[in-house]
Amino acid sequence: MTLSFSQSRFRDDYSFANSDAAIRRFPFPFDRDSYMYSVNMEPHRAAGPEDSVFQRRFDVDEHYLSEMADRAITLQRDPMRCQSLPHMRLAGWDLLELIMTAKAEDYPDLFALQRDGACWRWINRPMGIDDRFTFLDDATLPCGPMEYITRQTQGDFALLDQRQGNLWMDAGMITSQADWSLDFDIGMNFFEWHAPVPRAAQMGIFQRALKFLLNVQQGAPSRRLNWTMTVNPRLDTSPETYPEWGPEKRSLTPENVGQRQFLRVELQSFWRLPRSNGLAFPIRCYLCALEDLVTVPKWGRRLHRVLRDLPEDLATYKGFAVNRPLIVDYLSRFDDGAPTSPGIFPD
Amino acid sequence: MTPAPANRIPSHPTYAPLQPRPGHAALMIADAGGAVALAQLLAQAPDLRATARILLVAADVPPDLPAVTPVPGTEALEAAIAGALQGARMGLQAYLAGSQGLIGQAQALLLAQGMAPGAIQMQQCGGPARRMQCVHCKTIAPDVVIDPYRCPGCGRWLYVRDHFSRRLGAFQGVCIDAETPGLVPEPTEIAP
Repeated sequence: MTLSFSQSRFRDDYSFANSDAAIRRFPFPFDRDSYMYSVNMEPHRAAGPEDSVFQRRFDVDEHYLSEMADRAITLQRDPMRCQSLPHMRLAGWDLLELIMTAKAEDYPDLFALQRDGACWRWINRPMGIDDRFTFLDDATLPCGPMEYITRQTQGDFALLDQRQGNLWMDAGMITSQADWSLDFDIGMNFFEWHAPVPRAAQMGIFQRALKFLLNVQQGAPSRRLNWTMTVNPRLDTSPETYPEWGPEKRSLTPENVGQRQFLRVELQSFWRLPRSNGLAFPIRCYLCALEDLVTVPKWGRRLHRVLRDLPEDLATYKGFAVNRPLIVDYLSRFDDGAPTSPGIFPD
Repeated sequence: MTPAPANRIPSHPTYAPLQPRPGHAALMIADAGGAVALAQLLAQAPDLRATARILLVAADVPPDLPAVTPVPGTEALEAAIAGALQGARMGLQAYLAGSQGLIGQAQALLLAQGMAPGAIQMQQCGGPARRMQCVHCKTIAPDVVIDPYRCPGCGRWLYVRDHFSRRLGAFQGVCIDAETPGLVPEPTEIAP
């Protein structure tokens, strides 16, 4: 696979666009024609077509450089999007090692890692980085290890400390979030940071998910897909900047909904970290416009049925209740009532 | 003490009445409303009087409380707590009583100083006023009694969420008219 990187913006003129190949490999999150919460974990190993987003441990796609540029802008405006409580320093090094080794193995044409004891050399060719540093020595990096590596890796990253039979959101690089604040949630446990989610707690979802996550083992990562809806291809839908993107949510019309309404999918994965015993929690965001999604007939049919039948409280929580009639009306044009095949991949 | 409403979300703090616990020392922090709760606690467990140290915030010192250090206002609380924790040892128990704003702030300061959450008890006394953080400009409003309220930092109208951060000792305030600028509902009093 030869990647060519786009130069597009997730803000201002919203020049972001998916290539045909990116649309085909979009991680469509619905494996059936309806949706309800579930503990939808599966092993994070290669799956799907050859170019699927599940083929490599940390997927690198055509938006890599654009996403890293967007992250840099967000961090410049609000440095608190990247925070680490003091006891998470070791977990940050764990994460750096995990990502560097995985990327160098999975994308040898893009990344290289040379290790001589604690003396490491990291080469990131797309970003033009060639750095030498001493592993576990913070002073040899320009910033903390978590910040250093996540400025070079697509997706948000939370680092969870494990203690007292719970997981604690004690560090993170969060610049492409679906409306939650790291600065507010840092230090919370698993139940606390999920507190605003309707219905799922009563369904026992969080108890079961936590039990699973506490037992994730080294070398056996897991993953799940989560989703929401975003107007315009905007990564930074944080509560902090809600006054900037809130008005855009009310700008949809029957004429522009296909172009400006995006399905936002999070590929979440969970990795036990070897030294800290923490859990790395990457939250990788993929965006796809409705007009692009419906070019896959199965997805057009299915998304129409899922969004049409979704309980109102979930639509409200996911922030698109106000636009649901427009969206469903648009999608109905692509649903001829034909049956759909099981699973998420295109036919 | 009324039970917490069943619809409260899990990050919403619950404040049980203070109970005496064994410990080498006791640090008590209260405002005028909470001083009564401390007096009741000390009446219930007179042994605590010998080791208790009390920070009383913005209140006249009642005659029945021992070892009181007056603190002029919440802005002086951080320094007062830092002073009180000088030389503190494992086993210290903290007892907080007062408005949600006071006990939320005091808990956040104690946690920042390294106290374990399990060593801090809290009892809410007084009205439903909440300590709020504006998620946009991060300004803390200490005693918010209406929803929505106007952020004293950025001037935005914020709605009062139930989501609570122990680390900040505050609930979250979010712009209420972000999607429809200028459309702000009439504020109503926060329910207890």
